[in-house]
Order: sequence, then structure tokens, then C-alpha cells
Amino acid sequence: MTDLLQPADEAALAEAIAAAHAAKTPLAVEGAGTKNGFGRPLQTERTLTTRGMTGVTLYEPSEMVIGARAGTPLREVEATLAEKGQALTFEPVDYRGLLGTSGEPTMGGLAASNNSGPRRIMAGACRDSLIGVRFVNGKGEIVKSGGRVMKNVTGLDLVKLMAGSWGTLGVMSEVIFKVLPAPAHVMTVVLHGLDDARAIEAMAAGLGSPFEVNGAAHLPSGVERVPKTLLRVEGFRESIAYRAGELRTVLKGFGPADVIEGDTAAALWRQIRDASFLAEPRDAAVWRVSVAPSRAAAAMAKLHPTLPVRSFYDWGGGLVWIAAAPAGDAGAAAIRGAFAGTGAHATLVRAPAEVRAAVSVFEPQPAAIAALSAGIKASFDPAGILNPGRMTAGL
Amino acid sequence: MSGIAFPIPDAGVVARRDEIVAGLARLVAPDALVTTEDERRAFETDGLTAYRRLPLAVVLPSTTEEVASVLKFCNEHGVKVVPRGAGTSLCGGAIAQEDAIILGVSKMNRVLDVNFGDRTMRVQSGITNLAVSGAVSYEGFFYAPDPSSQLACTIAGNIAMNSGGAHCLKYGVTTNNILGVRMVLLDGTIVDIGGDALDAPGYDLLGLVIGSEGQLGVVTEATLRILRAAEGARPVLFGFASSESAGECVAAIIAAGIVPVAMEFMDKPAIQICEDFAKAGYPMDAEALLIIEVEGSDAEMDATLARIVDIAKEHGVQTVRESKSAMETAAIWKGRKSAFGATGRIADYICMDGTIPTGQLPYVLKRMDEIVKSYDLRVANVFHAGDGNLHPLIMYNVNDPVEAHKAEEAGNDILKLCVEVGGCLTGEHGVGIEKRDLMRHQFTEVDLEQQMRVRAVFDRQWLLNPAKVFPLEGRWLPDSEAA
Repeated sequence: MTDLLQPADEAALAEAIAAAHAAKTPLAVEGAGTKNGFGRPLQTERTLTTRGMTGVTLYEPSEMVIGARAGTPLREVEATLAEKGQALTFEPVDYRGLLGTSGEPTMGGLAASNNSGPRRIMAGACRDSLIGVRFVNGKGEIVKSGGRVMKNVTGLDLVKLMAGSWGTLGVMSEVIFKVLPAPAHVMTVVLHGLDDARAIEAMAAGLGSPFEVNGAAHLPSGVERVPKTLLRVEGFRESIAYRAGELRTVLKGFGPADVIEGDTAAALWRQIRDASFLAEPRDAAVWRVSVAPSRAAAAMAKLHPTLPVRSFYDWGGGLVWIAAAPAGDAGAAAIRGAFAGTGAHATLVRAPAEVRAAVSVFEPQPAAIAALSAGIKASFDPAGILNPGRMTAGL
Repeated sequence: MSGIAFPIPDAGVVARRDEIVAGLARLVAPDALVTTEDERRAFETDGLTAYRRLPLAVVLPSTTEEVASVLKFCNEHGVKVVPRGAGTSLCGGAIAQEDAIILGVSKMNRVLDVNFGDRTMRVQSGITNLAVSGAVSYEGFFYAPDPSSQLACTIAGNIAMNSGGAHCLKYGVTTNNILGVRMVLLDGTIVDIGGDALDAPGYDLLGLVIGSEGQLGVVTEATLRILRAAEGARPVLFGFASSESAGECVAAIIAAGIVPVAMEFMDKPAIQICEDFAKAGYPMDAEALLIIEVEGSDAEMDATLARIVDIAKEHGVQTVRESKSAMETAAIWKGRKSAFGATGRIADYICMDGTIPTGQLPYVLKRMDEIVKSYDLRVANVFHAGDGNLHPLIMYNVNDPVEAHKAEEAGNDILKLCVEVGGCLTGEHGVGIEKRDLMRHQFTEVDLEQQMRVRAVFDRQWLLNPAKVFPLEGRWLPDSEAA
């Protein structure tokens, strides 16, 4: 349907974009395309993929830093890190199950979507680990920001702008992340039968304890037969056994608790990370809502009578995953209405293309913020050729 | 010192001073406006005291709305604005200019809201860094970034410079610990960027604003992430016969999967200066000293420290001092924390702030020593070893213009060295005026122009902190682009 541009290196990438800029040819930008159903549908003549630019460019385990060309599969980077007992900290979501896509997610796609999973709550988001980028802006110029050192305040932090910009500001050619030692052991404390509000209180108690809870999720009825609330600790074996024990003491007011570990627990956290509970039925729309945890349960209580949904909580209640029927606006008005006034924002992760074209996939922004964002878009991509309209009309 | 240029003041603005002051007087409470020369003197410099410029006027608003009306006025009348927190910037980020007003947030210093359940707090930006942690410590919580100036420096300044501290190896820097800001744009529009959720929709404007050195707007409120403190924290002190073995020990600790909360390095001159001052019991025969701190329960700390001590022994550590009490912990940290003050007692100094890949440490230490000796000066090194953020203190005599000039030149050479080995000009202090003219060593014209095009989205006329960060020549203006 479209011509595919697959530059083999950064210079060819710059050339391709410069040509598109001169001809004002809109480009769909992708890595492996595993998140192509995420965002507003594009109407572009050509697709540019970073898949031709691969390879780890830098790995210094003692400096806890790894760099890779944008098209490098995440899997390859994770394997390289695992050899030295290290890992990316932010536990990125694998969207393939939810979005029904195949292929290997790339490092560039990871950065461009600021993709962060359960550990975000303690270890920071993808954007917090991303310390350097090289990219080509919409004029075809090669730009760098940040670098390979984790403390760097030299100049404006364009790295943050690139993270989560969904390919609309520039096409990344190389990304550099800080990494951490991979957790040696993992234990999860499980509480049973709590309603949403109590579960969020329990997670707050755990996260507010000194025991470094780095995953906190609640699976209500509709996802689990009996609601489950999970709090995860990771580290050296002696240490986490102690911490899991102390955590149970902190949580004793919330009923009896079990501890799970090993493959079962790991599989459960992968399902939470990837929102696998909501993958079926395939046609359901899926939303992510970010909110201060203390306001999440009340907003969901408001939503339930107005819209039949299945949902669960990650990030201690700060992230609500919601599945709703795809009809009409796929629940946009009901969900955004229920969370109105809470400071929350809702993102439509999965829906038919016509729904994504009709409703705001990303939460609409106040006029002043939208104006700044439009100005920033123009400062990177004056002709508006990079993923035009992927985030909002005009961006 | 005189090596760093200031732009020539706009004579038209200076001539209109009375009119501008009268205009400002209509916008803010009388006690918010500082106009006499004597009082303005207090605002002519910051932590980079070798440079000073008398501001046109100083405005110290008490509300976001006052800040908005002042910025709107300045925008309409073409008056430059230098935002200011506590004025502790070491890179001249808050230094005034004759044709600019200082807009200080120090009166806006209240805690607005604390939510322990969500682990967030909302503060006015003029509150000091230490007061923030102080306001939540009764529940065992703290705010993680801890720059050395934390007693005085403000959250507004921390946001402007993306400040770090000794504990960022584990907890990150300012940008990793802020969820939202209320900011006033140059035209007086008040915007909320981010909020109290863990992410925000659209472009990461919050990440852009943090570290933007007061060039994009004036932040008046911030929502901070607060954390529950660990059960305990305890340092161990190591003395090594060479900086190479100290550096290898740091690398080996990380390779073993241990990320201590802090790893601080001092070289021999720094050890001597600090010991003379603090009497902390540092090993005077050591060439390099490491202070490594771990957190957790007593049993966890015992176990982790035992592993760290084993690793240090494999790397030929000569002195091992484990803290057994709060008093010993305080003593171990006392020398390090007084490093800047102790150095200031024996000489004037400039404190550099480059970051290097830690693997380059032995080479950089050797080259730094050569550079400083070639200028006939002395240097003491204190730095955050885990993240490669160096703080060489170059000592000189401020009353000797030749020596002062040499100190600046040596500093510039050291920062260029940091960039050459793959690092950067500034790890946590900011660019300000101090490193402004070195920016082309780290960035290409295209890199800088992209940054300046983003800057122009917020400030087309270069009115906000205009003499900072970007070299004075070659500045990008929106009008220079053919439409």
C-alpha cells in the first residue's frame, strides 16, 4: 500500500527525511510496527522504518549504560544485559498481545512511546532511564541530546521531549539507557478479597513502608474470581525474605496474606504488565488512565453504573487499565467524565481505526499547553511530515 | 575575573528605569519591590561571586498572580527578566544584568499540601530543599534530591538546574522526582504542566522545563514525589593507595549487582583539606578515599557492607572504617560534606562540575593534575564516583587577576577534557554564564539551533534569563528563519 523506506544508517536516514521535507511528503514512522494500532490512524504516502539500523553501540556494565541503534530489537538488548546480570529498570509493556501485532519491538519504539510497566512506580519511567538520543528532525538534520553519562544538565533536555513523542518530532537513530543490576530474587505478597478502595489503601501502606515495594497491582472481580492485591519486592534473597515478612506485618489489617514466587508469580506480573487480562474479547476497546491513586477508586465507582467495563489497577492504583465495548466513542466520554476533576488523563490504547480517528486518543490538553506543543512540533518538524496526526490532529 | 562577557545593556531600557519601576509598583505590593541601590546590591550575584551586575530592580512577589502580572508587563515593555531562587547557583545562573529585573520567588515558600498515601506533596517553589524534607520527616518520608546547598537552595532553583546530590545513584535527580509544576509563561499565562499522576499526556513539557535554567518560564509551585526513608543508612570508609584501585573497586561493586545509595570519592588534596578542617579521622596516608553508603535494616546493611568490604579487600584497600554508631556515621560524612567550605578556608576556588564515563576516571584524574599544574595551580577532587560527576576545586587567589584568569582557563580545559572522553560540561550545576561559551565543544551548531528553536517557543525575544546557557553570538531568532 505504501513505499517502505528502510535506511541502513543515520546518514541515509537524514537523507530520506530531508528529501521528504523538501517534497513535503508525510511519513509514517515505525520501528517494527508492533504498536501501529496505538494512536490516531495516519494517512501517509510512505512509511519509514528504523529496522535497518541495528546493533548495540555501547555497553559498559560497570557504568550501567547501554546504547543501541534505534532499530535494534529490545530482545537483543535484554539478552546482552542479561549476560552481565543487568536489566532495563522500567519493565516495558509488550503490546503485541493486546494489539495483535507481531515482530520484535525495537529500542527506538520503546523510547518513542515512553513505554513503562509495573516497576515504574519505584524505578521511574522509560523517560527516566533514557539518558541520550541521536535523532533526525523533520528537516533532515542530525541532532543529539544527552549522552552516555547519567548526570548531565548541559542545555535543554530534548531527550525528554523525544521520549513519548511517538515519532512526531524526529526519528531516533540511537538511544542510550541507564540500566541496573537485574533483581536476583522476587517475592510477591498477596492479599485477598479487598474492594478497590481498600486495595488502594493496602498498596499505599506497602508503598509507604521502608521495604521498597516495586510493583503494586490490584485485580478486582471480573479479572480474578476473588480479588487479589499484589505487592512485589525484589533483591538479594536474605533481604527480600525479610522484607516480604515485614510487609505482611505492615498489611496485617487487610486480612491474611500469602507469599508467591517463582514462575507462577513471574507469569502473573507479565500479565499485569501487558494487560493480558483485557486482551479478550479482541474487539473490546482498551484504555489506560493515569491518576493519583487516592482518587482512582471513587472515579471507578462513578464509572461503573454508566459503562460496563472490566478493569484492573497497576502502579498502586495510579494506573487503571479499562476494557469497554468499542461501540460509539468506546467509552471515551464516560471514562473521561468519571475521572473529570481528578487530574487524571485517559489514553485509548486499542480501538477500531474509525474510533481512534473520531475520539481523542490522548487526553485533550488545555489551550495554552496545546499551543506550546504545537510550537514544539513546528520547531522540530516545520513541514509536519513526521507521523502527522498520530498524537492529536496537527501533531 | 573577567573572562566571561555580558551582553551590552540595552541603553533604552536602562534610560526608562524610573518608568519601569513605576509600572512594576502598580502591579505588586510595596514590600515586594526593591529599588534602592544598596538593597539591589544583594541581588547582583549568586554563588559565582566573581561576576556581578546591578539589576534594574528586584521584584519579590508573594503569589503566582503577581508573578504573572510582572512577566506580562516585562513582555509588553521589552524588559529582560532574571528569575531567582536563593541565588546559590555555582554557574552564575541567577546573576543579574543592568537592563533586567530580578524576579525572585523566595517569599513563596509554603507547603501547600502533603498526601502520604499518594506519596506526593505540593509546595510553593521558593521553599528550600531541606525544608521540604523537614515537612514530611515526621512520617518517615523525605524528598530525594539533596544538593550540597540544600539548607539554602530553593525547589525553584533545583527545578531550573535539575539539581542532583550525593544520593542520586539510587534515587535519581530532580527531573526524576517531580510530577508537575505551575509555571508562568512570559506573556503572563499560568499553566499547569504535569500534575500528580505518574505521567502526563502529550509531549513531556515537564522534562523540558526541568533543567531549562529559567529560560522558559517562572515556576511558582511544584508537585514532588516523596519517598519513605529506608530503615537505616550506614557508610563505610575506604582508604586506597591509588585512585586507580579506588576506581576499580567502584566498578567491581556495581559488577557484583550492588547499587549503594552513595559512593563518594576524594583525592589526597581533598582528604587533607577536609581532615584539617573537620577532624573526621580520615586516613592521611591514603591517595584516594571512598565513602560508600548502604541502606536497609541492620541485618541487610551488615550483609551488604560485608560484601562491599570483601570487594574492597580484593582491590587492595588499605584502610577500612565501618560505622558502628550514628556518631561515627556523622564523622565519616562530616569531612565530605564540609569539602567546599573547608577548601574555601584555605583558598578561593572555582568548583567545576563535569561528568565523565567512570571508566575514564584514572586517565581524567591524571590529565586534570597535569592541566592544573601547567597553570601553576592546585586542585582538590571530590566527586560522586557512582555516576562520574566530578567536582574539581581549582584553588587560586581572587585578588590576583592573573591567577584568577588562569583558574578559569584551567577549568575550561578540564571541562573540554570531560567532553573529549565522552562526558559532558555539567552534571548538576547547570550551564549559566560559566559554561555558556563552552557549549560548542559539546554540541554542534545544529544541536544548539534545535535547542534554541524550542526555547523560542517560550520566549521569542530572548527576555527570560537571556545571557545564560547559549553562546552570545550565533543566537537563533525566529525572524532569521525565512517564513
